[in-house]
Amino acid sequence: MKDLFFDAVVIGGGAAGMAAALELDAAGLSCAVIEREEQLGGILTQCIHNGFGLIEFNEELSGPEFAERIEEKLQGTNIRSFTSTTVMELDAGSENKVLFCYSALWGVLRLSCNAIVLAMGCRERNRGNIRIPGDRPAGVYTAGLAQRLVNIEGYVPGKDIVIIGSGDIGLIMARRMSWVGCKVHAVVEILPYPSGLTRNIVQCLNDFDIPLYLSHLTTNIIGRDRVEGVEITPLENGALMSDKAFTIPCDTILLSVGLVPENELSRMAGVELNPMTNGPLVDSMLMTNVPGIFACGNVLHVHDLVDYVVEESRRAGKYAAQWLKGRRPVREVRVKAGANVRYLAPVRVDVQADNKLYMRTLIVKNDAVLEVRVNNRVVKSIRKNHIQPSEMIQLQLSPKDLESVLSAPDPVVEVSIN
Amino acid sequence: MQNASGPFDVCIIGAGVSGANIARRLSAYDLNLALVDSEPDVSFGVSKANSGIVHGGFHHNKKHLKARLELQGAMMFDRLRQELDFPFKRCGIVVAAMHEDEMRAIDQLYMQGVDNGVIGIEMCSRERILELEPKLHPDTLGGLWVPGGGIVEPYRFVFSLVENAVQNGVQLLTGFAVSRAARQGELWQVEAADGRTLQARYVVNAAGLFADKVSAMFGAEDYTIKARKGEYYLLDRMTKAKPDRVVFPVPTSVSKGMLVIPTVEGTVLIGPTAELVDDKRNLATTKDQLDKILSSARTMIPAVSEYDVITSFAGLRPTLDEDFYIDMSAKVPDFVQVAGIQSPGLTASPAIGEYVKDLLKKAGLKLLEKASYDPFVVKRPHVKDLSPYEVDELAARDPAYANMVCRCEKVSEAEIVAAVKAGHTTLDGIKYFTRAQMGRCQGGFCTYKIIKIIMRETGLSWEAITKNSNASQILKDVL
Repeated sequence: MKDLFFDAVVIGGGAAGMAAALELDAAGLSCAVIEREEQLGGILTQCIHNGFGLIEFNEELSGPEFAERIEEKLQGTNIRSFTSTTVMELDAGSENKVLFCYSALWGVLRLSCNAIVLAMGCRERNRGNIRIPGDRPAGVYTAGLAQRLVNIEGYVPGKDIVIIGSGDIGLIMARRMSWVGCKVHAVVEILPYPSGLTRNIVQCLNDFDIPLYLSHLTTNIIGRDRVEGVEITPLENGALMSDKAFTIPCDTILLSVGLVPENELSRMAGVELNPMTNGPLVDSMLMTNVPGIFACGNVLHVHDLVDYVVEESRRAGKYAAQWLKGRRPVREVRVKAGANVRYLAPVRVDVQADNKLYMRTLIVKNDAVLEVRVNNRVVKSIRKNHIQPSEMIQLQLSPKDLESVLSAPDPVVEVSIN
Repeated sequence: MQNASGPFDVCIIGAGVSGANIARRLSAYDLNLALVDSEPDVSFGVSKANSGIVHGGFHHNKKHLKARLELQGAMMFDRLRQELDFPFKRCGIVVAAMHEDEMRAIDQLYMQGVDNGVIGIEMCSRERILELEPKLHPDTLGGLWVPGGGIVEPYRFVFSLVENAVQNGVQLLTGFAVSRAARQGELWQVEAADGRTLQARYVVNAAGLFADKVSAMFGAEDYTIKARKGEYYLLDRMTKAKPDRVVFPVPTSVSKGMLVIPTVEGTVLIGPTAELVDDKRNLATTKDQLDKILSSARTMIPAVSEYDVITSFAGLRPTLDEDFYIDMSAKVPDFVQVAGIQSPGLTASPAIGEYVKDLLKKAGLKLLEKASYDPFVVKRPHVKDLSPYEVDELAARDPAYANMVCRCEKVSEAEIVAAVKAGHTTLDGIKYFTRAQMGRCQGGFCTYKIIKIIMRETGLSWEAITKNSNASQILKDVL
């Protein structure tokens, strides 16, 4: 068994993991990236469509191009990357943190380190998670699996397609399947508004005349051996209109019904999770409740743009490096999700530092106001032209914004949207 | 497609848990045996989707054959596990009573259990039952404790039985859908839908849901097998609702009720419902039934949550009468009926093997013990059960043991290859054999990897990759 020591180990070699590792390396620390797939880049490698990098690189790139841009930066650094390698056990209890990794190339590796950055990303919710009843034939796939099959393996999983859920991957796949000659009959969304980005609705559905059924529930899957159809029922005021149910004949159902951060290893290490995000609860340095374990990217909360993932992960890498060198938050205070706010990450801010938070709203609204209160007194107020749950909101809180915390007894910072 | 040699001494129709036990038991003797199944793999019928319970022997009165076979079969599992290396654990069974009327029913179950000779059966007060199973609802009034009850992976049990039977000379013919039979002198001529034929001296009808059809093809007894559907939810292994014991409600007159089962492999199964259906291929789940499962399970274990659901599925039980129908046909010669094997069929199955062997002996089959009979299968390593140090040693010999294919259930490439080499070449066959695709992502991440391994190991083209039947094609085109 190979035994190795690093200052920090980054779990996951997608955009998040690579970005975090680059910062650790830049701070002069030894660092390893563990990636279970054969190459770095994570899910970006199968996202051959454009739309990545508008913020990060100020140009429009495909997923593989975006991944390559970051991967190139790894050249010439001291970062050790282990691909085809899966972290199987994580012990944060002893003096050093210890990871056992299984690898087709290296056999079993035992890595010891002082800090870990969790960057494992997320997985797709599946049919079972949303409990669609009916037959269980071949032809029901998650959109991401279909994307892998088409874009990397070169197989077309079906010809007549219905997409359940209007998440971004589903919308992208509606366009992709149309391009390879398939007929996409419909995209079905349970909510009264789409779950994906507006630009994807326009570019992937409207441009291809693919109907979007909002407020419709998938109530049955039909087909013994292979999918033959899917039954859709409209919802009116939350009630199922069973008499208005209809069946769309198809041979394939693609599911794009949400993403869940993959925190199995985090749990193994004793990391506390936020039930609203299924990701770790982190402090102002993006550190979990387990000292020395940091989290960033989609394992922390599901982002809508990889550009945001990279920005956040760079901070996580920096913070991990600073933590290893002894920096600790000066004075932290909890941030509460107030009215119409789904979640905030991180959940603590440092009163004496510049804080950046990502958040999601629960509502769709034009001319909304985002308010930050300290013990019920508004300290910051921001106008937003348009907000919706599918688009993340960024919030900066400076020491000046949080000045009043210093004099307040039991201070609570609350963020709300009205 | 494999052609049959022969003529055979015995042809067993149906490679479910009954047929597999009969074949494996008979393989200890100097006989030429055929085991045929209409599906592309074994255990693809009734035996793949059920509760996976080794029952406690208290649910049925011993005047029934099924109760006697249940008691006898249940005792045989420890030895079988040693020989056949399938997941089995005696975790014990509790029956939870939620109110006074149910306590009276518990009383009767207890007396029946004692009368049947169930070892270690106990009546429990509230304190005792909550100590045995702390996940039970705090308002549980009391119940029954049967320490000998257990859990088993039914398909893995069948796979091991068949593997061992084949090792001992049984010829397995899958995709062999019996379509016609005729008497030729002293032999049965059995014909499959694809044109293959075989000849056998004796025929055992263990065709599960289709035993009635097979019986008719042979001109034997006229009866009707009805399918009773049972729907289930499978919960993530991380659920807070995982009990230590199999948790039963107090049974009703028609069913043992909906259970909460900690599976041997760490997930939790809740169900089944019980609903007669006309179509014997109807394995669809329905919203109404699934909702019933959740609410029923919650009355016993409040921590059951719909957020832990990773999949739902349904199985069909082949019901005939109240009891099993296992006998020589009175209408045609040399034909054994093994029909109506519903619950507790899995538990009783090893004893069914014994029972059918004895029936055949009485009918004139010569049973000469074979010196070469080996009751053991070769144990295969499972990465998820090994320490990193053990995996390191394995990987030194075969690096594929350290190449993880299924992250959720921790299945390595080497295990997938072993499944393919053992003849499991559909995605479902590999799932039941290795557990890959059975975890929380339900194959979202590993399906494409498994497809590639099947193609590499078998030389099959993309068109031949299926879920579980020839028509269940996974891919429709290439770019």
